[in-house]
Amino acid sequence: MSLLSILPFVVIAVITLAGALAAATLPNLMHAALSLVLSFLGVAAFFILLGAEFVGLVQVIVYVGAVAVLIVFTILLTRPAVGPGKGRNWSGVLVAMAVLAGLLWALARTTLPAGQPIAIAPLTVLRIGQTLMTEYIWPLQAVGVVLTAALVGAVVLAMEEKR
Amino acid sequence: MTRVIDGLDQIFVIAKAFLLSLLAWAPDWVVQVVSSFVNIAAVLGVFLVLFALISVFERKILARIQNRYGPNRVGPWGLLQPAADGIKMLVKEDIVPGGADKAVHFLAPIAMVAPAILALGVIPYGRNMTAFSIDAGILFFFAVGSATELAVFMAGWSSNNKYSMLGAMRAIAQMVSYELPLVVTVLPVVMIAGSLSPDRIVDAQSGYLLEIIPKWFVLTPWGAAAFLLFFTAGLVESNRTPFDLPEGESELVAGHMTEYSGFKYATFFMAEYFGMFAVNGMAVTLFLGGWHAPCAFLQFIPSWIWFFSKLSVLLFTCIWIRGTLPRVRIDQTMKLAWTFMLPMAFTCVISAAVWHFNSGGILGWVESLLIVALVYAGLSQMLGARKHLSVRTYRFAE
Repeated sequence: MSLLSILPFVVIAVITLAGALAAATLPNLMHAALSLVLSFLGVAAFFILLGAEFVGLVQVIVYVGAVAVLIVFTILLTRPAVGPGKGRNWSGVLVAMAVLAGLLWALARTTLPAGQPIAIAPLTVLRIGQTLMTEYIWPLQAVGVVLTAALVGAVVLAMEEKR
Repeated sequence: MTRVIDGLDQIFVIAKAFLLSLLAWAPDWVVQVVSSFVNIAAVLGVFLVLFALISVFERKILARIQNRYGPNRVGPWGLLQPAADGIKMLVKEDIVPGGADKAVHFLAPIAMVAPAILALGVIPYGRNMTAFSIDAGILFFFAVGSATELAVFMAGWSSNNKYSMLGAMRAIAQMVSYELPLVVTVLPVVMIAGSLSPDRIVDAQSGYLLEIIPKWFVLTPWGAAAFLLFFTAGLVESNRTPFDLPEGESELVAGHMTEYSGFKYATFFMAEYFGMFAVNGMAVTLFLGGWHAPCAFLQFIPSWIWFFSKLSVLLFTCIWIRGTLPRVRIDQTMKLAWTFMLPMAFTCVISAAVWHFNSGGILGWVESLLIVALVYAGLSQMLGARKHLSVRTYRFAE
């Protein structure tokens, strides 16, 4: 693998990880949320680099367009600022360690396929659409029902009470 | 003769091929990088010139509508006004409020203008003239468009000013609401063309009926309805009058741009106009046949001239609306999106499906027209009946 073909990967990886690290460590919550957006964009760039154009663009629409806006508004409307730190939160450290251990265990057990990667057909929008509409039609419909229920629930919660 | 016509039509494509042929000695990746930069430079150059032109023409047209002269001091007929404006903006003091979040305040204008420029990349400006041709171009357009909401929030929040924050909240509320009808009105076009690529959508609108009637989507019942909805939602997305509530200079000073001055303010201004070019360019691509000529015998005029003439007509309409209509209220704006635009947008999808089922014949035309007309009549009846013209009650600002 030449240097040139690995360069985009390195650049995107550094940006994604830097964004994620900043999101976890910055003291100002709003800055952390905005750094998280950088990391979301990095993940989208990864998808596009891997040829999954559709997934990458949907990642931008959903995470940058909707989830990020939701996060910043949640921060804005819940509490003004973070107070002084109360020392280490040891239960959080424990959970983080457990997740890391689980991931490392899974990573160590996975055997990577040796030799040339198997050639797969490009993941075009057409193929995704055909797969969703034939093979996965029932899961798709079920997701639709769940989302409609969530929508109705949100409207009921937010609806002005009639007096 | 045909060679001259073809040459004129492809003049920019040939020019680019010539530029790249000078690089025949270079490795492949250099050629690719240079090719991308040529495309970027072309799009930026064309739209910066268009931005300068429209800033003066908008003021001229508004002045004509309001029965006054408009800019007429700098250069002949005031045509050099954009240069004067540019110099003024560049040398103006850049003020950052003391309580502002410096980094985010600096990044917001950049985060605002970058998506607008990216969105301009996927529009086909002429035959073989798409700067960034990808399979999911329409999706790309909306993906980068959805990033502007965050930029507006960054501007509003970092300014540490309540007018800025209120303006940003209004802007985000209306942008999120209108993104839905905007995307849903594109669905019928994608369904009929069977592709998410702007180039293929333009191809699907080629050909003429009886040599004079073009097969543009706007000339079908569902296409006409979807075009009007798309254009209206586009006005909201680009914060144009009558939906310029985020700025609302008489109530909110300038909304999220209140604390910006000098070149940063100019950047916001530019982003707004670039957004307007992008959404109107997309309307031309989706509904008005892209770069296709309106009649078969007019095909000798180069395709890029057709695209930019159609774009100019839409831009003129935007300015015309700005000079004619007063601003609507925020609750009216939101109500329009959810109670009228969204159901109508879904009707367009169904109507297009019926049209497609009848393979576009006379019967399909009549049926799809009936569907759109019936839903429109029913919806306007229902919404009109529920309208109660009483004194407004304020829930929060008592």
